Amino acid sequence: MNTSAKLLAPSRWRGWEVALWVLIWAVPLLFAQHAALVNEIAILALFALSLDLILGYAGIVSLGHAAFFGVGAYGAALFAKHVMPDPLLGLAVGTALGAVLGLLTSPMIVRGTDLTRLMVTMGVALVLLELANKFDGLTGGADGLQGVVMGPLLGQFEFDLGGRVASFYSLAVLFIAFLVLRRIVHSPLGISLQALRDNRLRVMAIGLSVPGRLAAVYTLAAALAGASGALLAQTTGFASLDVFEFHRSADVMLALVIGGAGWLWGGLVGAIAFKVLHDLISSFTAQYWTFWIGLFLVLLMLVGRERLFRPQQWFKRGQP
Amino acid sequence: MLTLLFDGVAYGMLLFVLSLGLAVTMGLMNFINLAHGAFAMAGGYILIVLMQRAGWPFLACLPAAFVLTAVAGALLERTVYRPMYGKPHLDQVLFSIGLTFMAVASVDFLMGSSQQNVQLPDWLRHRFEFGSGALMLGMGAYRLFIVAVCVALALGLQAVLSGTRFGSRLRAAVDDPRVAAGLGIPVNRIFLLTFAMGSGLAGLGGALGADIFGLDPSFPLKFMVYFLIVCAVGGTSSITGPLVAALVLGIADVMGKYYLPKLGAFIVYVLMIAILLWRPQGLFSREGRK
Repeated sequence: MNTSAKLLAPSRWRGWEVALWVLIWAVPLLFAQHAALVNEIAILALFALSLDLILGYAGIVSLGHAAFFGVGAYGAALFAKHVMPDPLLGLAVGTALGAVLGLLTSPMIVRGTDLTRLMVTMGVALVLLELANKFDGLTGGADGLQGVVMGPLLGQFEFDLGGRVASFYSLAVLFIAFLVLRRIVHSPLGISLQALRDNRLRVMAIGLSVPGRLAAVYTLAAALAGASGALLAQTTGFASLDVFEFHRSADVMLALVIGGAGWLWGGLVGAIAFKVLHDLISSFTAQYWTFWIGLFLVLLMLVGRERLFRPQQWFKRGQP
Repeated sequence: MLTLLFDGVAYGMLLFVLSLGLAVTMGLMNFINLAHGAFAMAGGYILIVLMQRAGWPFLACLPAAFVLTAVAGALLERTVYRPMYGKPHLDQVLFSIGLTFMAVASVDFLMGSSQQNVQLPDWLRHRFEFGSGALMLGMGAYRLFIVAVCVALALGLQAVLSGTRFGSRLRAAVDDPRVAAGLGIPVNRIFLLTFAMGSGLAGLGGALGADIFGLDPSFPLKFMVYFLIVCAVGGTSSITGPLVAALVLGIADVMGKYYLPKLGAFIVYVLMIAILLWRPQGLFSREGRK
């Protein structure tokens, strides 16, 4: 196989990918009583997908991805409350706000080491949290933004209490984002990002603009995170300071790491695993579930994902 | 005004002692240890348990907090931290967040989620006042005690680092572990000792600060950001950098919360981002380091 064929091979759709998407679409149809959970998973998956884009493909460590999520959520909620209640327009507003913030903050992540980037991204999210707390006339402060009433989707489908419409809505957005991202990560831009992640110096040496590419991917990821935040605010009809909190950034990172960064399915698989794990553990110890998720993380990192999920390798010698 | 400044200095000194261990592990092993706050919390709870349940005097509890957390740090270094040294930063971050989650949940389980109060001895509850008006300086005896302890620690550490054989070996290992090991310096043992010292200092700082910071199970998560700011801003190559960063942070935080209470920690975060954009390697880093 020559090199270009090797690069193109992963961009083709596989049978199991199509099958998985059919299965995912079938879930809310078959299990209507779990529609709210499906909605939550779809939102987390979209959020994780956007983090995967910068972490898995561009290699930017971020502990403040909640900044874009929160901006999208507040943007969509405020738009619905004060301008008009149409969900799709609100989604566009949330996405655009996320993108703008991503573009503005992208110069910050170009320089420095992993530690600096970690601190700066976390700092941006914390600054936004403090700002949202300060302007409580606009955001409702610690009480959250209440009284957000969404109009019907496409002018026809009202959001119901069971969350069926919401789950289809979120799944549709997730599906479209997945298709777009799948296209992008296999485009020259996506491939140059992976090259940049692996060896920044060489990418500079062959004449590609590193800051430009980083800014582009960061903006794109921020837009997607804004969209997921907007989805959350729209489907729950509520936005609170919680959307900026550190645990949001940490949770989405956990979900992505469980699923595996650097391939698009990682975000989806991780979101499903994370939410199901969360539901299972909190059903028997609601208060101490963080202990078990912590233990899981420590084991995952100590043992390594490869070996933990492929027991047949345990007895082989040498490096896997 | 002066009172606020003094409170800020006391706060900053505490942050310095708490973050120093983190700065050393970061500089030495290139390891981002987000679980550092958990050691500080452990120190605080050791103080509470020994004082309230076992009836130890306050001054005896402080060394106990140091020794016990140092031992815990050494054990953990040997068992779980060591394999993580060569891994990518992201893995280290997630690993130590996992440890922090476990610590938070365990303390919640063992001690309850309510905030713990420290019963200070009477001789630390005095308050001295000098001058009057805008220049009045009020110093709580406890804060004065903290400043004294922390200054003594900082001077002692500086002496150890610059004057002793251990200090020069440590500095050599920080600069280049491979060459240091090639020269016959037992790098692993120095790592172990240093990690234990850093954890012990965190424990001591946690015990000292239990009254000022407030102690509850979410402590490691709440103050993790502060420790990281100190290390990121101060740089990890010297003891002066974190000291100055901690003092600036402490004073800015106390002043900010007093004059602009609604903005909260906003100023601190903006300041941190600005400094990191200006000098991504920290304020006092030597040029040309990786």
